[in-house]
Parts: sequence; C-alpha cells; structure tokens
Amino acid sequence: MSDKPAISEAELQAWADGRLDEGRRAELEAWYAAHPEEAERAAAYRSFNELLRASYDPVLEEPVPPRLERAAQRGSRLRSIALVAGWVALGIAVGTIAGWQLHALQTPPQATRAEAPVIARRAALAHATYSPEVRHPVEVGADQEEHLVAWLSKRLGGEVRAPKLDAEGMALVGGRLLPRDPGPVAQFMYQNVQGRRVTLYVRTEGLDQRETAFRFAREGNVRVFYWIDRKFGYALSSADLERDELLKIANVVYRQLNP
Amino acid sequence: MSDAQSLIELIPRLRRYARALVGDRATADDLVQDTLERAWSKLHLYRQGTDLRAWLFTVMHNVHVNRMRASRPSDPLDDEMPELAQRATQGDSLLVRDLERGIAALPLAQREVLLLVALEDLSYDETARALGIPIGTVMSRLARAREKLRLLLHGKGGTKLQVVK
Repeated sequence: MSDKPAISEAELQAWADGRLDEGRRAELEAWYAAHPEEAERAAAYRSFNELLRASYDPVLEEPVPPRLERAAQRGSRLRSIALVAGWVALGIAVGTIAGWQLHALQTPPQATRAEAPVIARRAALAHATYSPEVRHPVEVGADQEEHLVAWLSKRLGGEVRAPKLDAEGMALVGGRLLPRDPGPVAQFMYQNVQGRRVTLYVRTEGLDQRETAFRFAREGNVRVFYWIDRKFGYALSSADLERDELLKIANVVYRQLNP
Repeated sequence: MSDAQSLIELIPRLRRYARALVGDRATADDLVQDTLERAWSKLHLYRQGTDLRAWLFTVMHNVHVNRMRASRPSDPLDDEMPELAQRATQGDSLLVRDLERGIAALPLAQREVLLLVALEDLSYDETARALGIPIGTVMSRLARAREKLRLLLHGKGGTKLQVVK
C-alpha cells in the first residue's frame, strides 16, 4: 500500500509478539486504526501466539515420563562437566595458555572415544560366544554368587559387583572370567523368564580414565551400551532385547554401581 | 548437581516445544530423550553462563534434522518442505485442531522459528542463535509462517479465527 508508513515487516511481527517499544507501538496502532484490513491481519498473527499457548501449555502439566528423567540425570558426572565448563570460562579469560590447558583437559574423552568401540566389540563378541550356551553359559553359577563376586574382584584387582536386576525381570545366571590383554575381564550373565539374556562386561581401565556418557553400538545382532566410570569400563550387551529395553537396564546398572 | 537439576527442570518445556514441532506425543518424547542424551555427550560444548534452554533447543534442532535426514535421505530440508504430523484430536476445540493442523503443514524451518518465538518466547536474537541463522532470516521465516497459517486458517470457509484484543 502506498500510504503505508515506514513500518517494516519485522516491526509488524514484533507488534504481534508484543515486543515493540511503547512509542512505536502507538504509531503502529494509529496506522492500523485507519487500515482495518492490515489491522485484522496483525491481530490474527497475535492471536496465533495465544492459541499456541492454549494448545500446548497443557503439556507443561503432564507428568514427565521416567525415561526422560533418567535421560536428564544420566551424566551425573557433573563435577567433571563443571570443571570443563570452568576451564572454558578460564580459557577465554586468560588466553592462550589456559586455552591450551583446556585443550589438554578435553583430550581424554576423545581418547576414550577412540578406545571405546574396542570394549563394545569385545563385549558383543563375548556375548555372542556365551549367551547361546545352554549347558555352560557361566563358569560360576548364581547359587555361588558371593564366591563369584569375590573371585572376580580378586582377579580384576578392584571391587566388582553384580547388579541386582530382579526388578527388571532379569535374574543372575552367573559369571565368568575372560582373558584380555593386559588384564582380565568379568562377564555377568542375566536371563529373564522368556530366556532372553543380557551380559555385563566389566574390565579395568587404565590410570584415571575419565567417565563417559552412555554410548551405543551395534555389532551384528548384538546391541551394546557401554560407558566408563572411574576404574572400570562397562558394556551391557544383548541380542534379545531392543535398544530401549537395554538402555533401561543400563540405567539401572549404572545407578546401582554408583550409589 | 545443578546441571542435572536444570535439565530435569527444563524437561516440560522441551516436551512442549517438541510436541508442537512433531505432533504426536511418542515421537515428541523420543526427540526429547535423544536431545537429553546428546546434550550430555556434548555438554563440554555448552558455555556456562549462557542460556541452557536456548542451547538445548539448538541440540534438539540438530537431533531433529539428523533424524529427518536419516529417515528421508532424498528430501532436501529446505524451506518449502512440509512435514505432516498427526495426533489424536478428539476433544480439542475446532480452533485448536485447525491451528495444530496448520502448524504441521508449515515447512520445518518456518515452524521452528514460529514456535521458538511465539510458544517458547525466545527473543529474535536467541532464536537466530539457537538455529544458527541470521536474524533477518528469523524475521522473514516468521512472517512467512504467520501468513501461511493465516491463509490456511482463514482461507477455507467455516472456522474464522476469533480475534483476541
């Protein structure tokens, strides 16, 4: 329109969002008063905002599904995160030297990332090897759990625990010791009433390994969630469970091993 | 402690945005879950002191775009590609239903901008940063989204939007 004042399309949008300053808003509204068609368009735009809120605000009141809460809590490795974030701030403030240290600090996760697929691959292989076994799935059965845990802890050189997964419908079948260079590896096997199996692969990590978030890998038909937590690397594998079911169990395992 | 706590507190708002973005509840919650997981693995990239929520929208945008690329590799994610979402609509008012249908009919790029601004109340500047686009693009997408919505809702006879204020 020729008699349109110097109102930009952006200002029109800002008016609809209620983001114009007082003076400009008054000018625009005076102009709208003389241009009902434009006024109607602008009012429609504004009404969309209210409709959107009316339509989607109820989502805010819905109970949060547990899986989302778990996902939000996942990396309670807050300290290391806060540390990294602190380094970021310091790096910016102090300049190159701090920046270099920041770089050094960020290197370990990269290293574990490169390292991690090995654990996933080996865990999947061990799972594929032993979980189909009917007669000898484990070396030491769940009936001797105390002995099993003590034995594996001794061989791995640190306190190893077999998480309780009964609430997930998974009963401990037992465990075994697996060879690995340079140190040994423990494998715990669980099974539900349908005979579906999950194995937890536990190995000692090198000096002061950083914690990592859960990562997911797929080796053949075996799904693996793996993570590193202080001295141990863990991999939870299954060929029988879907990714989501497996993730749920991985969360339980993680929580139990990090009380 | 505060990071996990903040993430938990932000879940409802991430869910609201995701619901409007993709339509149905299960898909939206999957998107939120993937976003949270990715946020944890990328948290070292988050700059403390900046708005965590805006950063999470960036993460969600990336996750969503990747998912769509993965599911439809041949479709370009340009401005004109609409992505229809469906959900159960029983019990909603006609107006709300029309609006949701209209939102779903918008191209993703326009829908994101409209929702971040109008529903999530991000400033234009925050929206630009969250989506990694210039602010001028935010404004033009916003204008196009609203005009398209207006034509969709008012164009066909029947429901006329009640103009509020």
